[in-house]
Amino acid sequence: MKEMIIKKDALMNLLTGRADDCQVFAPVEVEGSLVIKEIQPGDEITISSMNTKASIKETFFPQRERLFSYDLSKPGEMKEPPFSDRKRIVFGIRPCDAKSLTVFDCVFKGKDYPDPYYIDKRDNTIVIAVGCNEPSTTCFCSDTGAGPFSTDGADLLLVDLDGSYLVRVVTEKGESFVNENTAFTEAGQQQAETRDAIVDKATKAVHAQVNPDKVKKKLDDGFDSNVWDIIHEKCIGCGTCTYLCPTCHCFDIVDETTGTTGERLRIWDSCMYPFFTLHASGGNPRKTGKERMRQRVMHKFKYFVDNNEMVACTGCGRCVKYCPVNLDIREILKQIEVS
Amino acid sequence: MNNPYLPLQARIDKVIMETEDRNIKSFELSFLNKKDEENFQFVPGPFAELSIPGKGEAPFGIASSPTEKGMLKFSINRTGLFTEAIHNLEEGAIIGVRGPLGNHYPVEAFENKNVVIVSGGFAFTTLRSLTKYMIHDDNRSKYKNITVIYGARSPGLLLYKDELREWEKRDDIDLHVTVDAGDDDWKGKVGFVPAITKEVAPSAEDTYVIVCGPPIMIKFTIPVLQELGFPPERIILSLEMRMKCGIGMCGRCNIGSEYVCKDGPVFTLAQLSQMPDEY
Repeated sequence: MKEMIIKKDALMNLLTGRADDCQVFAPVEVEGSLVIKEIQPGDEITISSMNTKASIKETFFPQRERLFSYDLSKPGEMKEPPFSDRKRIVFGIRPCDAKSLTVFDCVFKGKDYPDPYYIDKRDNTIVIAVGCNEPSTTCFCSDTGAGPFSTDGADLLLVDLDGSYLVRVVTEKGESFVNENTAFTEAGQQQAETRDAIVDKATKAVHAQVNPDKVKKKLDDGFDSNVWDIIHEKCIGCGTCTYLCPTCHCFDIVDETTGTTGERLRIWDSCMYPFFTLHASGGNPRKTGKERMRQRVMHKFKYFVDNNEMVACTGCGRCVKYCPVNLDIREILKQIEVS
Repeated sequence: MNNPYLPLQARIDKVIMETEDRNIKSFELSFLNKKDEENFQFVPGPFAELSIPGKGEAPFGIASSPTEKGMLKFSINRTGLFTEAIHNLEEGAIIGVRGPLGNHYPVEAFENKNVVIVSGGFAFTTLRSLTKYMIHDDNRSKYKNITVIYGARSPGLLLYKDELREWEKRDDIDLHVTVDAGDDDWKGKVGFVPAITKEVAPSAEDTYVIVCGPPIMIKFTIPVLQELGFPPERIILSLEMRMKCGIGMCGRCNIGSEYVCKDGPVFTLAQLSQMPDEY
């Protein structure tokens, strides 16, 4: 894989300089939290050892997205939102979030029904991820097929070498970005050695905790297992895990009107909510927390694997970190593994 | 790129009150755009998302047969906010249609075979489509005996009453209409669908059976069919689930790894027995 070097301040200048001709999204500190937002003049891009509180999901699959708008006084007329070919740069996301885009690609770039809203954003975006020199205690990315320096889903993967970044060129898109900018120079042998040491140290820091293959084997005939009676008990069904999860993509479609104008919207929804599957007849195939927890775990570690040969979890650890009742998906998976 | 969320526009040409409790209406639609009509190709079994701006959208099985050119029919039970809104629409109103969505009844496999249709209540919609399709002049010779067993709680709750009378007169379709409880004018069969199925006792030899109805009817009909010798591969069901997108993305209609909207709604009993019991 081709590797380049760029000084950190040169890259920051390059990114803020591009904000005129493209949208640049990067982590910025807002009210004490690290969030990914579109960079405005004066914003300071912050790469710290902490991951952003919310994932990159919003940038490709917004929480509230207009599918089309209409005027109630003009039946039959619908206006699609403009699909622009404005280029976008996403900088500073972690490999776990970059990996989540490969999960989303399976869902929204399928051959039967390609989703124009997602594809428009995805195809116009260059993803520049930054590897994790210091993984957190909630990280388990190595277990889910990613890892602190995984290149999956990224066009460029950066390794922090203190004053500069070593740039791994992953895709053609990444290659042309590098070629367009003279601030990138070829990496040398010494930098490659430093990179090896960093990657090695970080990879060792992410302790192996769950084995998705073994979990999958259990889940293959584990639908009626007693384990489901236990693991959901603590869950209060708040849905925080699903909102923060970079791979959860369940949504609802609703209409909103003001006066005679209205919009059809796609909004995030959650399999942890009882209304999610409630039939008009009153029946509900996932009546209690047990069925809903089972669905969430099964979807990520069995159903999605059956359909896409990939677990729908990137090991980012947000659900572990922010669960209000300290449910830990790693513990759940371990329980399943030994059930 | 084709936008799968944009509804096609159709006009409501005809509204028919089907049942005496005034809860089920049939809506006959035609597309505003001729091109949409040409592109809307289907084989009986799929559903479509009907859509009213400001109210939302919901999935309904297609009750018309593709042999009924230029007309799309939906029979809708008034049960929630959206179906209430549809019931309030009058002839001439414009409505959105997304579809056809989902798979279809395996009509190719039915060729040179006997076909038995067992249905109860307003689940008869896509089976009306299938029956109309199979008894159409272009198709009838492809199938051997066609038996239809259809039941409702009372005579007034039967759908498509005029058509049932027409089918009754034909000698190329063996029709058994039953009600749970008759009234003074009712001269037909009285009894639950599973019991009537047992009484009619269609031969399982060289025969496909399609079962569609309320869960309780299905629960008691399946053992009857198994007793008659129908193998699970030739027992076909059509499922319902809460759906939003209808294209396998929004995440609520799956049973295990299968999405009812995309991989269904039509499944064989053999397929269902491999899937988790979550429907």
